[in-house]
Amino acid sequence: MSNTTKLVSANLKKRYAKERRFKFYGIFSITLSLTFLLFLLFDIVSKCLPVFTQSYVELDIDFAPKYLNLEEKSSYSKEELFNANYQKLINNSLYKLFPEVKARKQKRILRKFVSSGAQYKLRDLVIDNPKIIGDTKSIWLLTDDDIDSFIKGLIDENAPESERRVKDFQINWIKSLQAKDKIDSKLNINFLTNSDSREPEQAGILGALKGSFYTMLITLLLSFPIGVGAAIYLEEFAPKNYWIDIIEVNINNLAAVPSIVFGILGLAIYINFFGIPRSAPIAGGLVLSLMTLPVIIISTRVAIKSVPPSIREAALGLGASKMQVITHHVIPLAMPGILTGSIIGMAQALGESAPLLMIGMVAFVADVPQSFFDPATVLPVQIFIWADSPERAFIALTSAAIVVLLVFLFLMNLSAIILRKKFENKQ
Amino acid sequence: MKKILVFTILSLFYNLSLARDYIEIVGSSTVFPFSTVVAETFGKKTKFPTPKVEATGSGGGIKLFCKGNGIDSSDIVNSSRRIKEKEFQKCLDNGVTDITEVLIGFDGIAIANSKDGLTFDLTIKDLYLALAAKVPANIDQNAKKINFIKNPYTHWNQINAKLPAVKIKILGPPPTSGTRDALQELALEGGCKEYSFIKQLKKKNKEKYIKLCHTIREDGRYIEMGENDNLIISKLSNEINTLGIFGFSFLDQNSDKVKGAKINNNPITFEKITSGEYPISRPLYFYIKNSHRDKIKGINKFIAEFVNESTIGEEGYLTDKGLIPLPINKLKKYSNDALNSVKLEM
Repeated sequence: MSNTTKLVSANLKKRYAKERRFKFYGIFSITLSLTFLLFLLFDIVSKCLPVFTQSYVELDIDFAPKYLNLEEKSSYSKEELFNANYQKLINNSLYKLFPEVKARKQKRILRKFVSSGAQYKLRDLVIDNPKIIGDTKSIWLLTDDDIDSFIKGLIDENAPESERRVKDFQINWIKSLQAKDKIDSKLNINFLTNSDSREPEQAGILGALKGSFYTMLITLLLSFPIGVGAAIYLEEFAPKNYWIDIIEVNINNLAAVPSIVFGILGLAIYINFFGIPRSAPIAGGLVLSLMTLPVIIISTRVAIKSVPPSIREAALGLGASKMQVITHHVIPLAMPGILTGSIIGMAQALGESAPLLMIGMVAFVADVPQSFFDPATVLPVQIFIWADSPERAFIALTSAAIVVLLVFLFLMNLSAIILRKKFENKQ
Repeated sequence: MKKILVFTILSLFYNLSLARDYIEIVGSSTVFPFSTVVAETFGKKTKFPTPKVEATGSGGGIKLFCKGNGIDSSDIVNSSRRIKEKEFQKCLDNGVTDITEVLIGFDGIAIANSKDGLTFDLTIKDLYLALAAKVPANIDQNAKKINFIKNPYTHWNQINAKLPAVKIKILGPPPTSGTRDALQELALEGGCKEYSFIKQLKKKNKEKYIKLCHTIREDGRYIEMGENDNLIISKLSNEINTLGIFGFSFLDQNSDKVKGAKINNNPITFEKITSGEYPISRPLYFYIKNSHRDKIKGINKFIAEFVNESTIGEEGYLTDKGLIPLPINKLKKYSNDALNSVKLEM
C-alpha cells in the first residue's frame, strides 16, 4: 500500500462517521420541527373540537300578546312587533318548566339558561309570520355558554360547587331537561354564519372572513400589477446606474422592515392625510400591499433572472421587439416563479395583524362588512380578540379560528404549487 | 371586464362621499369587554348598525377622541381612569369643548394564585415591598435619614414573617396597560404612603416621590406577561405559588383555577369592591362628544341603553360580565348627566 492509500484508509472511518453524524443532525432537526408542528396541530385541533356542536333546549313558547307586552288586536305593525318584549316569552316558558323556582336570585339565573340572542330569533320568527301570535309553539333555542360547556362535559361535575361556574341547582335543571329529551346537540352553523359576538355561543367567523377577503382583494389588486411591473422595469429596462442601485437596496430593505412600521405609515398617510375611514378593509388592504410589494418585486425579479438568456437572444434575433420578447417569452416562462412569490406574499399578509392595530382594525365589529368602506376585522385579529376575552368558551373559538386561518394558508400554498406545476407543464 | 372595473371604481367613490352611519368608540381595553356587550345588544335591539369598538388603551383613545370635532374622529372614548387635566386641555385646544363624563362602575384588580397553592393574606404594604424597585433600608419609623436600597426581598417571609416562605414571583401587565397604571397608583403608592416619611416627601419633592412609589422592580421577580390575561391564568396553574395580576372579570370566569389573595384582610368580592374596602379597584368611565349627538344617528339611544339600570345596575347584564356596579344614587346622577349632555368642567 502506498502512503496516500494508507492515509486515506486511516481517515476513512472518521469521514464516514462525520457523514453519519451530519445525517443524524439533519434527521434530528427535521423530526424536532415535525414534533413541534404535530404538537401544535394536536393542541389546536383538540381544543377546537367543542366548537363543532352547540346545545339547544326545546321550549314551549306561548306567543300570547300579553307576554309580548302587546295589546290584543287583530293585526300589528312591523314597528310594534320589532319593539315587543321577546325575552319575556322565554322567561315565561322557563318559569312554567320549573315552577319550583321562586327565589328572585334563582329566577334570575334561570332566565340566563337560554342564550341572550334567543329573543332576537323569536323576534325574527314573529315578524316573518305574525299569525303565530296567540299560538303556542315548541321551539329549539340556543343555550347559554356556561350551560353549553356543562352539557359538553367541559365542566367537572365533581368539583366543589363554589369552584364551578354551573351550580348544583343548574345541573339539576339540565338533567331534568335531558331526561325529558328537551336538550339536544346540533351542528354549530352559527360559527360560519355569524359575525363576532361577546357571547361565545353566538360568535362566528363570517365577519372576519369577509373582512379578510376584502382586505386581501385590495392587496392583490394593488400589489400584484405594481409589483410585477416594477420588477420587469428594474430587470429589463432600467439603466445600470447609481440611482437604480439605491432603489434596489431600498426595496430589499423594505422587505425586512417590521410590519408594524407599515401600519404607522398607513395611519399617517392614508387615514390622517387622505381621510380614508379607520378600520375599513380599504385602509387595511393599502397598508398590507405596502408590505407585500417588496416581496413580490424581489420574487418576480428572481423569476425573470432565471429565464435563460438564449430565449431572449433567439427572440431578438428573429426580429421581435423588446416588448414582444418580454410579453411573449420572458413573462410566460417566469410566471410560475412570479405566482409562487405573490401567493406566498399574500399568505404572509393574510396572517398579519400588527400593522392593522395602528389603523383601527383591531376592533369589535359585530356587523358583517358589506363593502370596502365598512368597519371590518380580519382573521388574525379575530383570533387575537377572542384569545383575550374572559369567557372560557372563547378558548375553543380561538382554536377554531386558528384552524380556519391555517386552512386558508394551506389552500393558498397549495394553489401556489398547483399553478406552478400547471405553468411548468405548459412549457 | 372594463365595465365592471369602471363600475367598481365609481361605486368606491360614491361610498367615500357618504358620512359615517355607525357609532365609533375607542379607548381602554378594560372597558372594552363591557362596551362591546352594550354595542352588540344595541345593534340587535334597534335597527341602527352595531357600533364599532376599538381597544386602543385609555391614553391612545383619548388622543383619538380629542383630535377634533370632525366626523372622522370618534364619538365616545372609554377610559379606565379619569381624563387628565392635560388631556382635557388638549381636547379644548382642538375645539372639543363639549364633552360629558359618565362613570359606569368599577373594576377590581385581583392578585391571585392557583387553587392548589398556598393562600396569601397580604397587606398593601407587603405588596409595595414585594413589587417596588427600591425600598427603605431600615424600617424604623423614627429614623431621621432613610436610605433607599435596591429591593433585597426574594421570599415572602422576609417581608412579613406571617407570610409563607416561598419565592416572590409575580406575573403582571406591561407598562402599556391600564391595569399596570392602577397597580402602581393603588397598590404601590398605597403601600408606599404608609411610611410617614415617604408621605412627607410628596410635598417636598413630588418627582422623587413618584419615582420611588411608582417604579416596579426589574430584577426578574416581577414578570411582564403582555396584555393577555388568559395567558397569566394558564401560567398560574403550572406554578402554584406564583402570583398573577389581572382584572376581576377574569378571576370571576376562572374561579375553578385561581383564587384571589386577601388584601388588608378583605377578600376580592363584589361587595368589598363596591364598598371600597378592597383597596385595588379603579373607576371605569366613558366620555361622549356632544357635538356628535345630532350628527350620528342612534347615538342618544345607545347612550340611553348604556346608562340604563338594566345594563349597569346591580342586576344589569354588564354585572354578569364582571362589572362592579355603582351605588344607585351615583348611577342615577351619571345617567342623568349622560342623557342631558351635562358639560364636563375641569
